[in-house]
Formats: sequence, C-alpha cells, structure tokens
Amino acid sequence: MTSILIQGGTILDPSQNMEQRADLLIDNGKIAAVGANLPSADRTISAAGCYVTPGLIDIHVHFREPGDEEEETIATGAAAAVAGGFTTVCCMPNTKPPLDNEAQIEFVLRQARTAGLCKVLPIGAITKGRAGKELAEIGGMIQRGAIAFSDDGVGIADASVMRKSLQYIRMFDAMLMQHCEEPALSGGAMHAGVVSTVLGLAGIPAEAEQLMIARDLLLNRTIGCRYHVQHVSTAWSVELIRRAKRDGQKVTAEVAPHHLLLTDESCRGYDTNFKMNPPLRTAADVAACIAGVKDGTIDCLATDHAPHRAEEKELEFPSAPFGVIGLECALALYVKALVEPGHISWIRLIELMSTTPARLIKLDGGSLRPGKVADVTVIDPQRAWKIDVNRFAGKSRNCPFDGWDVKGRAVATIVEGEVKWEGDPSGGKVRE
Amino acid sequence: MSTNAHKTSAAQASPSAWTRPHLLSLEALSREEIEFVLGTADSFKEVSTRSVKKVPALRGRVLENAFFEDSTRSRTSFSLAASRLSADVVDFSEKGSSVSKGETLIDTVRTIEAMGVDIIVLRHPAAGSAELLARNVRCHIVNAGDGAHEHPTQGLLDLYTLRERFGRIAGLKVAIVGDIVNSRVARSNLWGLKKLGAEVILVGPPTLLPRSFETLGAKVVHDFDSIIGEVDAVNMLRVQFERIQSSQFPSVREFTQLFGLTHERFARCKKDIFVMHPGPMNRGIEISSDIADGPSSGILKQVTNGLAVRMAVLYLVTHAAIEGATT
Amino acid sequence: MRTQYEQADVGRAIEHLAAKIAAAFDAGKPLVIVGIRTRGHTLADRLAALLAAAGYRHIGRGVLDITLYRDDLSEIGPRPMVRPTHLEANIDGRPLLLVDDVLFTGRSIRAALDALSDFGRPSAIRLAVLVDRGGRELPIQADFVGLTLSDVPPDHRVNVRLAETDGKDEILVEPAP
Repeated sequence: MTSILIQGGTILDPSQNMEQRADLLIDNGKIAAVGANLPSADRTISAAGCYVTPGLIDIHVHFREPGDEEEETIATGAAAAVAGGFTTVCCMPNTKPPLDNEAQIEFVLRQARTAGLCKVLPIGAITKGRAGKELAEIGGMIQRGAIAFSDDGVGIADASVMRKSLQYIRMFDAMLMQHCEEPALSGGAMHAGVVSTVLGLAGIPAEAEQLMIARDLLLNRTIGCRYHVQHVSTAWSVELIRRAKRDGQKVTAEVAPHHLLLTDESCRGYDTNFKMNPPLRTAADVAACIAGVKDGTIDCLATDHAPHRAEEKELEFPSAPFGVIGLECALALYVKALVEPGHISWIRLIELMSTTPARLIKLDGGSLRPGKVADVTVIDPQRAWKIDVNRFAGKSRNCPFDGWDVKGRAVATIVEGEVKWEGDPSGGKVRE
Repeated sequence: MSTNAHKTSAAQASPSAWTRPHLLSLEALSREEIEFVLGTADSFKEVSTRSVKKVPALRGRVLENAFFEDSTRSRTSFSLAASRLSADVVDFSEKGSSVSKGETLIDTVRTIEAMGVDIIVLRHPAAGSAELLARNVRCHIVNAGDGAHEHPTQGLLDLYTLRERFGRIAGLKVAIVGDIVNSRVARSNLWGLKKLGAEVILVGPPTLLPRSFETLGAKVVHDFDSIIGEVDAVNMLRVQFERIQSSQFPSVREFTQLFGLTHERFARCKKDIFVMHPGPMNRGIEISSDIADGPSSGILKQVTNGLAVRMAVLYLVTHAAIEGATT
Repeated sequence: MRTQYEQADVGRAIEHLAAKIAAAFDAGKPLVIVGIRTRGHTLADRLAALLAAAGYRHIGRGVLDITLYRDDLSEIGPRPMVRPTHLEANIDGRPLLLVDDVLFTGRSIRAALDALSDFGRPSAIRLAVLVDRGGRELPIQADFVGLTLSDVPPDHRVNVRLAETDGKDEILVEPAP
C-alpha cells in the first residue's frame, strides 16, 4: 500500500483538541505519525493553506439501492460522498425492499466494497418493512454490520411499538434514530405558516415534529436507550432536546444544511427543489437551530441527502416527492451558515462533522491519533467555488443551492489510507 | 411602414398597458394592471349586447380548456368567451386522456401544445400547477383555479361586479364567508380587494380560517353576527361537504347556524347590502334561497360579468405586448 | 413640405369638410355619423355640430373602437386600453358617415368596415377624413377630405391634435421616433 505524507497543512483534530501546523504520515492504511520532520513517503500531498482533518462522516444519507437505482446507487452515492470530503456515510433503510434483515445489510456492505470509495454503513430498519408494527431482527442486523436503526421516512407512530423499540435496541447499546413526525398532524407539502396559507398548500405544523420528540423523550426517560433525533427543524424541538439533556437524558440530535440556511419563503414560486421533509421553516426556527449547534444541543451535522430523478421533481408541488441532495456541497454550506458568521470555529465544525458522528455510531474514526484508521480529509477553507449541480458526481440534481457562491471545499479525501478523491481547480475527479 | 399609421391614429401608450403572456394569480398583479383588465372588460361587455356577439380578435387561435377538475360553469364561461373572440375551442377531460395512465402534467400539456394550441385554460387540483406549466410550456396559460391557491378570473369578475354596483372598490367593506383556508376564490378576492383599497373581513371557524390571513391584511372574524351590520357586500363561499366529513366542522346544520346567510342575519345587514356567491350554491346551507334570488343578489350579474372579464383576459394575454416579441 | 398647421388652418379644413358633406347629403333625411376612436370621434362631434347648425335634424351618432378588428394586433407595441363601441342609432338602411383624423394605409378603415358589418347594414358608407396623406396599402378611398398632404415621407408621422383632447388644434408632420 502506498504511504502518503500530507505536508504543510494545519491539523484540526477535535479528539485531541489539536489545532496546529504539522505534517501527517499515513502508512499501511493507518495514521503513522503527526508532527514535523516526518520520514518521506511514496506519495506527498501538499496541504499548504489547508486543514487536515479526520475524515468527514455523514450519518444520514439515502442511497436508493436496492429499488430506485436511477436516482442513485451505492456506487454513485459514494462518489458524491468522497467528492464532498466524506470518508464514511450511513445510509437509511427506506429502500425497496427496505433494509430490515441480514441479507439486505450484507448487500449494502457488499455493494460498498465493490464501489471501493468511502465506507457506506447501513442503518437497519427498526420495524419489519418500516411498517411501525413488528420489530425487525435487530440483533441479526447488528451482527452483519448495521450501524444504527431507524424507520426514516416515517417515525414510529404507535407509542407502544416505540417503547418496545427503545427497550429492545437498548439491549445492544445501539442507537435508535427517529424521523419525528406525528402522522395525524402531517400530510402537508410544506411548513404550515403564512407562506403555505398564501400559496394554498396544505402545511405540516411544527408541532408534528415536536409532539413525537416530546413523546419519545418521555418514553425514554425510564428506558435510557441511545435516542437520536434526526433532521431537527423547529425552535421548540431544539428547546425540548436542550431541556432533556439538562435532565441527563440520553438524547442526541442532528441538523441538515437547508435548515440552517433556508426558510419557507423559498417555496414561493413552487420550486420543488425546496420541498423536503421536515420542511423549511421560519427564520426564527433557523436561528434556533444555529443556536442549538452553538450551545451543543445539536451534536452533529447530517445532510439527509435524498436523490430524486428530475421527472419526479418536475411535478406539481403537492405531488412531487420530498427530498434534496447535499453531499457534495454540505461542507461549504455549513461553513456559510456556521463558520463565516462566527457562530462556531473550524475545529468545532470538524467535531460536528467527524469526531462526534464517529462516537455516535461507534466507528473507529473522527480522530488523527497515530494508530487510528487513516480516514483523512484535506480541506481548503479559502477555496471559492460556485455550486453547479451539472458537475456533481452523484446521479441526481435536485439541489436547492444550485448556483450559490460558496467558500470551502475538500481537496483530498483519503479512506483507509487510499486517496479516493482529489480536487483540482476545475472540479476534481473520483479515483477508482 | 404600416405600423406608422397605427401609431399616429392610436392614442399614446399608457404606462399601465398589459405585458403578461399568462394570468396566473392576482397576487402578482399591480393595482394598475387589475384596473386595466377591468376597463378592458367594459368593451367586451358591450360585445355581448350586439346582435352579432363576436369580434375577430382571437381569430385563428386555438384555446384548450384543460380541466383536471370537474367544472361545467367555468369551462362553459371560458368556451363562450373564446368563441366570442372567434377563437377555436377544444376541451380536454381528464378521464379520456393519458393522465390516467400516469403521464405527468407537463407531458400532457406539451402534447397539447404540439398540436398547435395557443392558449391553455387550466383548472387543476394542485396549487402551483399553473406556474409549473408557465415555466415549462410555451403557450399562454390562464389559471382557472389551481387547488386552493388562486382563481384569478373569479377574483376579477367579483371586483368588476362590485365596481358596477358601487361605482368604486376603495373604501368598501367586504366580508368573505365560509371555508376560507381551502378557497382559491377567497385568496384571489383578498388580493384584488386589498390592491384596490377595500377592507376585507374573512369570516369562518378557526378550523377553516387560520390566523395567518391577518398577516395578509385581512380582518379575521369567527363571529359572523359581530360584523354583519357593517359590511357593504358579502361573498358567500360554497360549503364543501368533504371538509365537514373530515371533521373540520361538526355538521352542516351547525355551519348554517353560525355562518350561513339566513333570513335573521340578512335582516341585520345594511339595507343596500350586496350579496355575492361564486357558485354553485348550496341553497339553504350557506345562503337562503330567496336571498340568493332576491334584489340584493348580484349572483347572476357575476356570471354575466364573468364572460366579459374572461374575454378581456383572453384578449390581453394573447396579445400581450412583450418587448421585441412577435406572435 | 409644410410641417405645421395651426388652429386657423384646422378650423378652415373642418369647415371645408362639413361643406362637402352637406353638399352630398339631404338635410331632411337620417344620417349616422360614426367617429373612429379617439380623434375621429372628436372630429365627428364637431362635424355633427356644424351640420346640425346647418339644419340637419336627423343625425344619429356613434363611436367605434377598432382595436379588436385590427389585423396587426401583435405587431404594435404597448397600447392603451380597448374602449367600448357605441352606436346610438339603428344603422340598417341608413347612410353612415365614417369619420377619422388621418387616412394613411387604409387598414384602420378596413377594420372599421369589418366592425360596422357586425352591427348592421347601412344603405351606404362614406368616409370623411381631416387629412389624407396618401400611402395606401389597401384599395380604400376617402369621399370627403379636409386637407391633402402629398409629400409626407414614409418615415414621418402626421399627428392631428384637437382642442378637446389635446388642448389645441394643430396638425404636425414629424419624424417617427
């Protein structure tokens, strides 16, 4: 295996609270050394002006394999991920058929190995068929490599099923990730507010999310499963989680780039690239999510990358599917929403994008300590670029940020000691 | 060349001339544009009084009524308006088309467009569908109702009818009553009335009338009786029974008691109250039969004016003066 | 080429026109005078007043908006609102005098004739114009002309201004903008 010396960069490693100029040596797929005057290697990468960070991890993506391969496959999704600087992603089980048994878990891992890019770790369904009624074979899926559990796309509506799920998953000290949306209040196409009233669209009230969070926190008080709230979008959701953490409850949370940058005003004009679930909310909600990231209520950042074919999105707003992609521009968007305005530092950003997610899924990652697996991302924080969906490595184009001018981009993505993606001024290429 | 003569004999171009190739909403129109349409409708009302009720303004054009929702009245109104402008009219009915086979709306309309249709009058259950089409096809689009979003020609004909009755819109107090949240008629009327300076009072139960309408400049009232004596006109919306079944309202009887224009309420109205309804009416439910047929009712005038307004709209969008465009 | 005609010139031309019309129509018989919007209508008002003063007792009136009958609707730029057409009298079987300010290509008159045919069938239609500037594109002629301008270049406009609509009477020959 080629050894790599990453030279002249600034190491940002939240796991050691390290932020300093140093070189990094990768050998045999592991971090060999960090410091100055390191031995030479087979290959040298110049990281002048760049940050050298533990590989970025996104714990919430949708790769549409099996079932909707025209939208994205595990291979194309992984290509999108490495182009975005990610070395590990966790894919959700709402495929067709769903990832609710050992064979499906193995399938995903096999496809990921074949693609040979970033690590793609499957998240198993909590219930059979994601129907919210009977528990799926959680134990078997863990054995095959499922990294966490979720019925994402929907939350578990029945309180008694949810309680059983928390109890059962706790037995494995695994993480239960919930898409919090009370179905009885749902059914809308966008946030229920002034804009939905003007547009004549049915709305999804903020309470739909908050109700399920509140219920789950109450159920979990006496159970203590590792409970994770996916894609937080409302101010009161953040507050509920904040209070629960203060009370010592085991709850973690994530937020997506669009909930840090866009509001329901973007839906005027009925462009379905602004239709996702949970929907874009109000400016107050965006501010609360940013505040939640700042004070640690929200633990990590995750894109909820959800590819769709153009024909599917080019439908009337109520009929178009929910979801937008995000892997390839996420880093720059987080910089725009959180770092540039001065809400958080770069090292804190890396913690949110690498160290904490690694901890949540119990992955040997998120750290550049010698001996660790060499999942490394090299980031040029000053690189200015324009988001252009037509140059994306993934299959789909449904992105609300097309055309945005942003700053900050991964210039090299190294997975287990191999360079899987390298940026160049014209846009970068994925290495096979 | 020939244009010189017309420029010399025509009056100076006014700044409020119509430049839109589509009519998608009243929200997007300025006060001047709305007044321009209403003024143009005057000429078309005159056409309907002649013995030969036709002008050649849209001769050679083809108009398609693309109705994805049942509606005989609106469709007939648009068909007649188009015929009086000498256009050819074709109808599209959802059941007979490939939509039932899973074709997208854009594909369906592009197929129609490829056959040489110039104007599409669209009625569709999805809010935003008219805008979706305007972005994706080349023909003129006239929104005849897109879900709960807007029904701009209804808004315009309601304004025309009010102006005909009162000589003005500014300063009028108009109540719109009923299932507001699901009503495109309510929204279009709200925009039109506000832009022309009227005061709008929306009346209905909280389950059918969210507070957010206050942000748009309307007064939101749940007690019909509290404002009945102060309004110049009431626009009674049709009760949709599916809403009652979906538990947004307990029963038809209770709706009539609280929000219907009954005799008792009518007796408390201003003497010269003007009663409107977009139709079709549920007699005895949202409005008493004899009030609907009585001297205070403008319902039939709305229908007559609808024809003139739609002729004006079709004429204007088809001949919209776009910079550098030639049709 | 003369480029300006003042109030006195205009007044003389209108009187000249009225005289020629009077010579052609019997004062005791009905006559419908229809002006083409907008200045043709103003002109028609003046002519009707002059004829009434000369003893014409059965003058019917009307105003025609020809916008909806034009054959060039899509070619001309932003234009004012189309206004209603009103014909007071029954026009069947009576002579009708169509009045316009400037006769140029003839297309406005063709549109006016089309419009009139939707209203009825006059016994005869005659055309009176204040200015005939030549340049016909259709086989149309005026029966009564106040002023003939034969040397106006095609890239110039002839603009008639009348006191009732424009503040003063004048005729201007100006380059087109």
